[in-house]
Amino acid sequence: MGAEFASAFEPKAKSTITPEPKRIVRPYGDTTGDGMVQLSFTLPLPLGPRSEGAALQLAGKMGMEPAMVVHAKDMGPHFSFFIVYGRVSHLVDIDKVVVHEREFPLLSAKEVDAAIRRGLRRPLVVVGACIGTDAHTVGIDAILNVKGIAGEKGLEYYEQMEVVNLGAQVSVPDLVARCRAEHADAVLVSQVVTQRDSHLHNVREMSAAFREAYPAGRRPLLVVGGPRFDPTMADELGVDRIFGKGTTPGEVASYLAHALVPVTTRKERKRAS
Amino acid sequence: MNTGTRTRRPVSRLQLDPVVVRKARALARRAGGPVVRLARTHTTVSVERAALRLAGLEGADVEGIPWANRLVDAVRDDCGLESGIALPVWDALRRENAPDLVTLAQKAAAGSVTFRVPAGRDTARAARLAAVAVRRGITRIDRNREVRERLVQRFGDPPKPWVYLIVATGDIDEDIPQAQAAAREGADVIAVIRSTGQSLLDYVPEGATHEGFAGTYATQENFRLMRAALDDVSRELGRYVRLTNYASGLCMPEIAALAGLERLDMMLNDSMYGILFRDINPIRTFVDQRFSRQVHARAGIIINTGEDNYLTTADAVEAAHTVTVSQLLNEYFAREAGLPDAQIGLGHAFEINPELPDSFRMELSHALLARELFPDAPLKWMPPTKFMTGDVFRGYLLNGFFNLVGAMTQQGILLVGMMTEAVHTPFLSDRDLALQNVRYVFNAAGRLGEDFVPSQDGFIVQRAHRVLGEAVELLERIVDDGLLDAIADGTFGLTKRPANAGRGLDGVVVRGPGYVNPAIDILEGVTR
Repeated sequence: MGAEFASAFEPKAKSTITPEPKRIVRPYGDTTGDGMVQLSFTLPLPLGPRSEGAALQLAGKMGMEPAMVVHAKDMGPHFSFFIVYGRVSHLVDIDKVVVHEREFPLLSAKEVDAAIRRGLRRPLVVVGACIGTDAHTVGIDAILNVKGIAGEKGLEYYEQMEVVNLGAQVSVPDLVARCRAEHADAVLVSQVVTQRDSHLHNVREMSAAFREAYPAGRRPLLVVGGPRFDPTMADELGVDRIFGKGTTPGEVASYLAHALVPVTTRKERKRAS
Repeated sequence: MNTGTRTRRPVSRLQLDPVVVRKARALARRAGGPVVRLARTHTTVSVERAALRLAGLEGADVEGIPWANRLVDAVRDDCGLESGIALPVWDALRRENAPDLVTLAQKAAAGSVTFRVPAGRDTARAARLAAVAVRRGITRIDRNREVRERLVQRFGDPPKPWVYLIVATGDIDEDIPQAQAAAREGADVIAVIRSTGQSLLDYVPEGATHEGFAGTYATQENFRLMRAALDDVSRELGRYVRLTNYASGLCMPEIAALAGLERLDMMLNDSMYGILFRDINPIRTFVDQRFSRQVHARAGIIINTGEDNYLTTADAVEAAHTVTVSQLLNEYFAREAGLPDAQIGLGHAFEINPELPDSFRMELSHALLARELFPDAPLKWMPPTKFMTGDVFRGYLLNGFFNLVGAMTQQGILLVGMMTEAVHTPFLSDRDLALQNVRYVFNAAGRLGEDFVPSQDGFIVQRAHRVLGEAVELLERIVDDGLLDAIADGTFGLTKRPANAGRGLDGVVVRGPGYVNPAIDILEGVTR
């Protein structure tokens, strides 16, 4: 291991009591600066001295030095499992940590419901659809169905949301009409098919139709999702927010609460616009 | 895996009042009765397609749409489905001199056949031919059942609880070695999770499939390949390894038929899951479900119901009685469709917030209630998911407590909990660690039930009585409202599902006076 690091970060500076935030840190096992971590993994090798040596070699290459195999077990005849403890030489420079900040806080379902109840005093109405010829409802269903995705329940599960899932191949005029009838607060549109940029055309057509059908500032929130969208294109497409691949219902719900349930009431917001 | 569990039924530990238990069952019967009458007077496109599949229709057109769908759609366009698919199809087969169903379906797709509902002597002729063809499929299901019984005899039947492990790569060629490895590690049951969204497809995909979203498509060929692979590993291990898939969603009847034709052993099949969680039309679901359960009954397939799902949406303490209500309804619908108790794997789950005081005692109480209310059902016990946070160490402990409840309450099917739930698909090592957890608990405490007699006025017994009491109250309300209205009002799992909405409604047809479906006739023992 790099001796320069070892000496530089021995726990020697015990006298510095000033609570100045540390700029450089390393993992903490049971002593400041010891750099101790634990790691477990499986190698596709039968258990034996050779696979144990291989495990140590891997740990070394990962920067664990010294490393100790504290547990080794065969997982059938072709695999072995290891738990390794060791000291890492890596340093973390806090100044260089980049945090990608979401523009809205991630809330639990309960928190979203509470925010809507407090801020709107009525359920939030969400209309969802796949527009154009797109018949792929996997995305919109994952976000809206109670079943949800990745262990998160869909928006139907939220007590304070009234969800109308129109399903596949909904025409834009139908979508607008239905949103007016339901007094939609938000419209969720999913686009999976991207042949000849149909997803972009469809979304532009949709946002234009909503601009026409509603007085300025009164239209519902327009939210678009799909695996091939660039989330920075929202303005260009005339919508409020774009969600890309891997979005979960919780993120969408948190965004809706953030965008539609501000500290001000709905009436004040309308007046403001 | 020899885990040393029950061989005899233990004495009652809850001393449930037999009058209350009888009342609960009577209410479930009254709540379910009107729905069964609906199922007897309606058919669906999927029930009709299932009849064609039992008659041997396989394959799909160039667009991947199965011939069964094409044929049913063509008949529906020409003469409707009120009389069933059998009469128009076998009438056309005879008139057109088509050698088989695929040829007829191709002709229909080309528009060169016009279907009609035959009249007079042609009706009896078509019905006879249809019955002969469908009976071949039923005979194959019967033979598969015998083969299963023979293989269980030859290879050996693992002791209960059967250890249930999930495989889901999306690619059947990857699934097979993983399933075989899981069986070698100790799985008694392999469940192949389906691709996300298959339940909403109104057709069954064809052939061996290699791409799916978080699961593998249920197809007849995938079923066949996996069952053959598990037969090989069963022979090697000296115990019969069972195969599970999902008879749910819009194609429930067809998937049930395919499961029978390819000797699957257990099928997930809940009476209300599709309605509540997938927004499938309630009538479509109940019609499809009754047929699928009749097929499962015939095939010797154990159904697994989905009560665990309620607890992932509602609070597991407040909603405990909705699980009991759903179990009672599932039991009623299953028995009505001809399933014996030994084939009714009622579900329940360990989903109480572990931060709550006495959460373990409540889990134990609820699990005991299910055990004693349904003494002959192979209960399916499902691990925590809702409070698996990504802290794999804490999750491992939680799974240990889950296993302990399973051991103390003689569960029949134990879905093995993974500490990486909500984190990642299980690593090889996660599965091995999970099985070590099961082995440790059952080795250490598998017979603890023999010593465990809760005090009659203690927390566990009183809690179980209370949950049963609440279940009876809810059933009374459901009987008053009608089950369909109760579902429409959001009684279960918070979602409101009216009977005149939801997916698949356009595939529901009222049976006409001359309705014939030879599959239903054979399954219900009707002779014409």
